[in-house]
Amino acid sequence: MTTLLTLNEVHTHIGQYHILQGVNFEAKEGQVTVLLGRNGAGKTTTLKTIMGLTPATKGDIAFRSQSIKKSPTYKVAKLGIGYVPENQGIFADLTVEENMKVAMRKEDTATLERQQYVLELFPDLKKFWKKAGGHLSGGQKQMLSMARAFINDSQLILIDEPSKGLAPIVVEKVMEAIVEMKKKTSIVLVEQNFIMASRIGDTYTLIDDGRTVNSGNMQDLIYDEELKCKYLGIG
Amino acid sequence: MNKKISLRSFAFFLLLAIFIILPFVNDSRTLLILLTQIFIFGILAMSYDILLGYTGIVSFGHAMFFGIGAYTTAVMLKQMDNTLLIFVLSIVIGMILAGFISFLVGLLTLRLKSHFFAMLTLAFSGLFLVLAEKWRSVTYGNDGFTFRAPDLFRDRMTFYFFVLASLVIIFLALYRFVNSPTGRILIAVRENEQRTKSLGFNTLHYKVIASVVAGIVASFAGSLYAVSLRFVNTSVMAMDITLDALLMTIIGGVGTLVGPLLGSAVIEYAQHALSGLARDYPIFERWIIFFGILYILAVIFFPKGIIGSLRLLFWKWRGRLKQQKTTGPQPQEKERFE
Repeated sequence: MTTLLTLNEVHTHIGQYHILQGVNFEAKEGQVTVLLGRNGAGKTTTLKTIMGLTPATKGDIAFRSQSIKKSPTYKVAKLGIGYVPENQGIFADLTVEENMKVAMRKEDTATLERQQYVLELFPDLKKFWKKAGGHLSGGQKQMLSMARAFINDSQLILIDEPSKGLAPIVVEKVMEAIVEMKKKTSIVLVEQNFIMASRIGDTYTLIDDGRTVNSGNMQDLIYDEELKCKYLGIG
Repeated sequence: MNKKISLRSFAFFLLLAIFIILPFVNDSRTLLILLTQIFIFGILAMSYDILLGYTGIVSFGHAMFFGIGAYTTAVMLKQMDNTLLIFVLSIVIGMILAGFISFLVGLLTLRLKSHFFAMLTLAFSGLFLVLAEKWRSVTYGNDGFTFRAPDLFRDRMTFYFFVLASLVIIFLALYRFVNSPTGRILIAVRENEQRTKSLGFNTLHYKVIASVVAGIVASFAGSLYAVSLRFVNTSVMAMDITLDALLMTIIGGVGTLVGPLLGSAVIEYAQHALSGLARDYPIFERWIIFFGILYILAVIFFPKGIIGSLRLLFWKWRGRLKQQKTTGPQPQEKERFE
């Protein structure tokens, strides 16, 4: 299986704070890699660092063997990395349609086909096509955010806590959508909800205090009570 | 949607018809001059709205572009000839100059965070103000100079119609611009710049585009302003002009294009009415204080501006109407407790 993304001893500083102090992991093509860890462990910062929003100060980040450590955010996105941030980042004054159009870098047949696909995946978006993004519910915003990341033939999508603040029934829908999206793209997922993460993820990386402490197959972690108890507080 | 468009078009053509007929119905010279000023400052305020309302950029140096347009037209009409051709040429040269300078200033400053950008634009504007003051051989410094407008504009009414036509054309062009894909990206930049970057857009490019468009339109407004007064001095580059544009945009409603036009009408009329009251009531000699109070009240009670507040009321009313349609009329407070 081809390695899409590699993080090698990545360090990130935000102001005077040393947030990431050695993050290592690989994301492989066609897989869902889940970043797990307690609150404040550095999972969100890891995604932001990959996107160049909080640039890495040490180590290397490579996408398809090409270093993106010093690339500006828009170039990282153009390379084929989609990003669904924690707060969804919906443009509140634009309609659902406009939010989708802003995200489209090309308006070719393939993009329109992908749009059709995501609208089937998230029928609510079709229903509220002309509604302003700011007027959508939390779940609909999450769906719109994911749809936008998917619209541009992204080879890898980084999704940050998609279940956060959503009702259980909506979380179920979002999870089903991620499972569907997995068939077409690779995903790096940050998720606090271990039950959800373990059902979707193929591999995991445990982050604690800004460092990678363990990686492996999700199936192994499910049965490793000690690791779960030590780093996730489960068990 | 069609209904919405037709309602908007109807309001647009109705207002246009009123402004076309008005000079023939009311021959007041004061009214004609006031309306001309409202239209000119409306153009300036719309240009500021592209920055503040659509891209979220606060600039304290917008007067610089207004001044460039005003001085280019005034100097060319004085030193070359007062023909229509020179006037048109001066507008084009002013716009090119303003476009070039806004491109350079934008490229140098728009990388910075908003407050640093605002301060730097103020510094650049100050630089141009000093240049206008010191380059006396051309600008005549603070005293300024008078010049002759093209013969066609000697008749105030002809100039009024020229300015009205310019306003309509610029409004339609800017309306198209903000509703284009580029316009949508500008709104995205205003709402969440980081998110726009992570969608693959180099936001600096788009901010520079907004800055250049705003600069070019402001220069055009400056050219018209100079001809309307047949006089120019350094006040066209002063901070007051930027503040006026800012107030017009905020009072009318940011990010609406129509709002700044309305803001221009409110502020120009308030200035005219309050200073006029000073003739009968000496207290109004300090009309600027009342103007300040008016502004504070407007910001407290209408933080979204006139158009923004009206839109909010409309949405609330429509929401209530929809709710009534789906659930039937809501019970009165008393009935609910019973």
